[in-house]
Amino acid sequence: MYELLWLVPFFPFLSAVVLIAFGSRMPKPVSGTLGAGSIGLSAIITIIIGINFLTSPPEGYSYTQVLWSWINVGNFSPAISFHLDALSLVMIFVITFVGFFIHLYSTEYMIKDEGYARFFAYMNLFVGAMLILVLGDNLVLLLLGWEGVGLCSYLLIGFWYKKPENGYAARKAFVVTRIGDIAMLIGIFLLFMHTGTIHIQQILDIAPRIWVEGATIPVAASLLLLGGALGKSAQVPLQVWLPDAMAGPTPTSALIHAATMVTAGVYLIARTHVIFELAPAVMTIVAIIGLLTALIAGFSALTQTDIKRVLAYSTISQIGYMFLALGVGAFAAGMFHFMTHAFFKALLFLGAGAIIHALHEEQNMFRMGGIRKEMPATFWTFLIGCASLAAIPLVTSGFYSKELILWKSFSSQLGSTWYFILGAVGAFITAIYTFRMVFLVFYGDKKTEVSHLPGTRILLTLVVLAFFSTVAGFIELPHTMGNFTLFSNFMASVLPAVPVFDYSLGTEFLLQVIATFLVAVGIYIAYYLYIKKPETVNELTASPAGEGIYTFFSSGWGFDWLYDKVFVQPVIFVSRINKRDFIDSIYHAIAFSTEVLHRLLTKTQTGKVRWYAMVLVVGAIIVITLAVFL
Amino acid sequence: MTLLWLLILPIVGGLLAWLSGRTGTQLPRWISILALAIVFGLTLQVWFQYYSEIDIFKEQAWLIEFEQDWIPQLGISFYLALDGLSLLLIALTAFLGIISVVVSWKEIQYRVGFFHFNLLWILAGIIGVFIALDLFLFFFFWEMMLIPMYFLIIIWGHEDKRYAAIKFFLFTQASGLMMLVAILALYFVHGNATGVYTFNYNELLGTDIPASAAMWLMLGFFIAFGVKLPAVPVHTWLPDAHTQAPTAGSVVLAGLLLKTGAYGLIRFVVPLFPEAAMQFAFIAMVLGVVSILYGAKLAFAQTDFKRLVAYTSVSHMGFVLLGIFAWNELALQGAIVVIIAHGLSTGALFILAGGIQERIHTRDMDRMGGMWSTVPRMGTVAMFFAMASLGLPGLGNFVGEFLVLIGMFMENILLTVFAALGIVAATIYSIWIIQRIFHGEPREKWEMPDLNVREMVVMVAMMLALLWIGLYPKPILNTAKPALDILQQGVEEVQMVEEMPSPNSGDNKKIFISFKKSQIGDH
Repeated sequence: MYELLWLVPFFPFLSAVVLIAFGSRMPKPVSGTLGAGSIGLSAIITIIIGINFLTSPPEGYSYTQVLWSWINVGNFSPAISFHLDALSLVMIFVITFVGFFIHLYSTEYMIKDEGYARFFAYMNLFVGAMLILVLGDNLVLLLLGWEGVGLCSYLLIGFWYKKPENGYAARKAFVVTRIGDIAMLIGIFLLFMHTGTIHIQQILDIAPRIWVEGATIPVAASLLLLGGALGKSAQVPLQVWLPDAMAGPTPTSALIHAATMVTAGVYLIARTHVIFELAPAVMTIVAIIGLLTALIAGFSALTQTDIKRVLAYSTISQIGYMFLALGVGAFAAGMFHFMTHAFFKALLFLGAGAIIHALHEEQNMFRMGGIRKEMPATFWTFLIGCASLAAIPLVTSGFYSKELILWKSFSSQLGSTWYFILGAVGAFITAIYTFRMVFLVFYGDKKTEVSHLPGTRILLTLVVLAFFSTVAGFIELPHTMGNFTLFSNFMASVLPAVPVFDYSLGTEFLLQVIATFLVAVGIYIAYYLYIKKPETVNELTASPAGEGIYTFFSSGWGFDWLYDKVFVQPVIFVSRINKRDFIDSIYHAIAFSTEVLHRLLTKTQTGKVRWYAMVLVVGAIIVITLAVFL
Repeated sequence: MTLLWLLILPIVGGLLAWLSGRTGTQLPRWISILALAIVFGLTLQVWFQYYSEIDIFKEQAWLIEFEQDWIPQLGISFYLALDGLSLLLIALTAFLGIISVVVSWKEIQYRVGFFHFNLLWILAGIIGVFIALDLFLFFFFWEMMLIPMYFLIIIWGHEDKRYAAIKFFLFTQASGLMMLVAILALYFVHGNATGVYTFNYNELLGTDIPASAAMWLMLGFFIAFGVKLPAVPVHTWLPDAHTQAPTAGSVVLAGLLLKTGAYGLIRFVVPLFPEAAMQFAFIAMVLGVVSILYGAKLAFAQTDFKRLVAYTSVSHMGFVLLGIFAWNELALQGAIVVIIAHGLSTGALFILAGGIQERIHTRDMDRMGGMWSTVPRMGTVAMFFAMASLGLPGLGNFVGEFLVLIGMFMENILLTVFAALGIVAATIYSIWIIQRIFHGEPREKWEMPDLNVREMVVMVAMMLALLWIGLYPKPILNTAKPALDILQQGVEEVQMVEEMPSPNSGDNKKIFISFKKSQIGDH
């Protein structure tokens, strides 16, 4: 059964090529069927392989399929080959399964768009590249997928290419992530230079044997890989591109900028966790960046008016939690949150899409409101997603994954009480902005009429994702609820368990209560500010200080402004002043002086014999004088 | 004889094309295609034959040789030889040659016969450069490329063609002169030392040259090849020549003429003057990095589409310079893949630029924009080549640049970091091209036809070639490997001797050199 693995990325690629070549001549139902169907086929094969993996796991819990030898120079020999293990299996499951439903949703959502086939071509290409990213068994193939998803992200953010601001957002995303990629590239070179191989598994085998904990090379290598991860996963300081990336169609935001691509950084760190474990200092950096990002983005989410931008900042913030988990060594917890987040954030984006469609493409939450009666299915599924995002206890998957991260950040040997406190503050903010969104969109007065109700394919997708947003959490329960660890057991063959300090059940229970209490307070604050006393917000932001803070948060803490001044403007300035290449003026100067010399000498050619004779005499005198005296 | 045919076909084909120009415009085109197709077929045949016996050829420098006395009194012979490196470059020459004829089909309507004569003679000169292993003959072919190219620009070029053609001619001619002086000096140094006056490459390898003289001679060659490459600061002829040349001229310039510079560095500069080249390597690598970044920066600032692509060539060829002077297997293989992939990707961008100019009579990107909805096929194709140009994995340029960088990393980490920044710069200018021309709001209302069948065939062929190199570069790497191994061995042996601290190292050196000669020169 495992031999079918290559088909998983193959179908999306095939369909993408067909759609690019012939899509413009296809009727929409054909391109839609092709686009969604190919991902469906991949999902089916993935599920078959997954069942096989669970019932009769391959030897060593991993399976490698070599398709062909790619580059072969000396010992640099990456192949086109796939590595299937528990980690990549979870990834390909989420990519194809969530991916399929997002495609299904898109067949209805995008139906009026003239670029229908082009949209599915890009989406398929993306899924193919993302699958290569997680299946690649060497760092170069991983990079192929990594850059491939970056390209598709660029193409899809700029999908509606006629608007210049979309193009700007697309270019920003591409360039910012590629800056991170350069760091990653150097990291790959460093690993290759010192281990002599490019295969991930071999590197992970060799690394602990040649390096001690805290040695320079693993620290440098993991820092460089982290650079790539920060760009792709939109973590501070490279988070600036993701909010603007919302210019793309909403299903794109759901698939690429919430569920899959932006978690590639998390995958990269989990995949190369051995290197990071050899660099405890870098682990701490990962955790701190994660926490910082979670908070910075959370505060920004509080002040957004565009529903998609709220979700974008929320995504940045939630990936921050995943980084926190990775940073304290709880790799499985990070992956668990990746999975639940993929379900509920895709659900939220798709729900937001349904709402935006229903309200004449209105994205401003302050012009929405009171639509829960008219769109009950959208309301309930959206509420389920929000509950999961805010981590409402017991009934949501987000609760289990976030609690796990908070608990590990406290109890891990790499953890700290501060991590827990700040993480809980983040959860508190999450609850506020999430329910702010719910209250603004579904409650209060109606400001825009509902014109268009979602059809069956959209509703089906929302229901399926809502279902998984609820049940996906039950495969990993905390100690206080029976310590059911199906997910981390499954991951144990790839990702090691966290070394933790022993704490009593009581401590864990207490921390859960604290976090839950904060969430409850957060929801109440949202209720108070946006339902009970909506004027309070205006009063708060009316003062100059309040307004300043509001602008600061809503502009994403001034990162864009800073980068524009420090990087963008100088580059543009230098390019502009030297457009005509000053080096060329050197050659022009040579040409010019030759020309001047030529003119001067021309002047001596007067045609007057007297003049020539005189020059001759003077010249002869000079020569004779020199001959005599020297 | 095969080698001779590789030269005769384009030379005779060119003459026939010229003569047939009297009968109309179609015959010269078909004659040119036919001649180049046979050259391409011959090359492929040699390649397949060689590839099946690749193991046999590991020990032997040349696959095919042809030698005929020319001026024996001066040690000049008509000596042609082919190894894996030249084979790849000739295959590229024939491929891009055919494409150049096809893209000129509609563009060139004036003196068609003479145009094809010039085109084929340029190609003959280029093939000659790749297989001439007598330095005098090499110089002959080196000059033979220039004059028809000069005509191509000055007769069929665009508005500023005189300036561009003369600039091109002066730069290449002046630098060629320095090479000629260096060749002659090498000839006399070798003659004085051994009593054998010869221009034969195999004989000249390992000539014992005083270190200071070696540096000067090496620089003579380096400047000639550096101008062709082109490396900053001798690159300024290129944007003008590229911009003003007709499409076929730009394709041949970017795809092939620049590559003769790279070939010269690999074939002559490092093997003939290994010590001097290694002393100079750091400066050359710095020049490579400067070319990458400075070329990209200039590209970003341009508004003329062809000029922009021309500056990207400066940037991409910086990787080649870097790869050659890093001089290890990874970097050299990378340089060769960049040479081929850049020929295809940049050639294709010039064809697109030419296609746009043919349709709307401007290259000014400030007047374009939003063209995707009018010409979606052209947009898709342009996107593909822009992605190739920014080094998207899966396409040829990535393989080359990645190998150059990883090889370079082994030699100098800091310079690699700067060179890698060139990839970000490439991203910026590549997607800037797409934005300016195809995305955004149309600035002017252009009505134009999309790519036709003839153009699509050319574009698809180039796309498939880039995908092939990107996903299965093995045949190229394997073909180049024996040639590179032998070149590297030669250089390493000389270095090894240098590093040996024994008192009688002078004697050892002679032994090593004669050993090397026996390996390379025995035929």
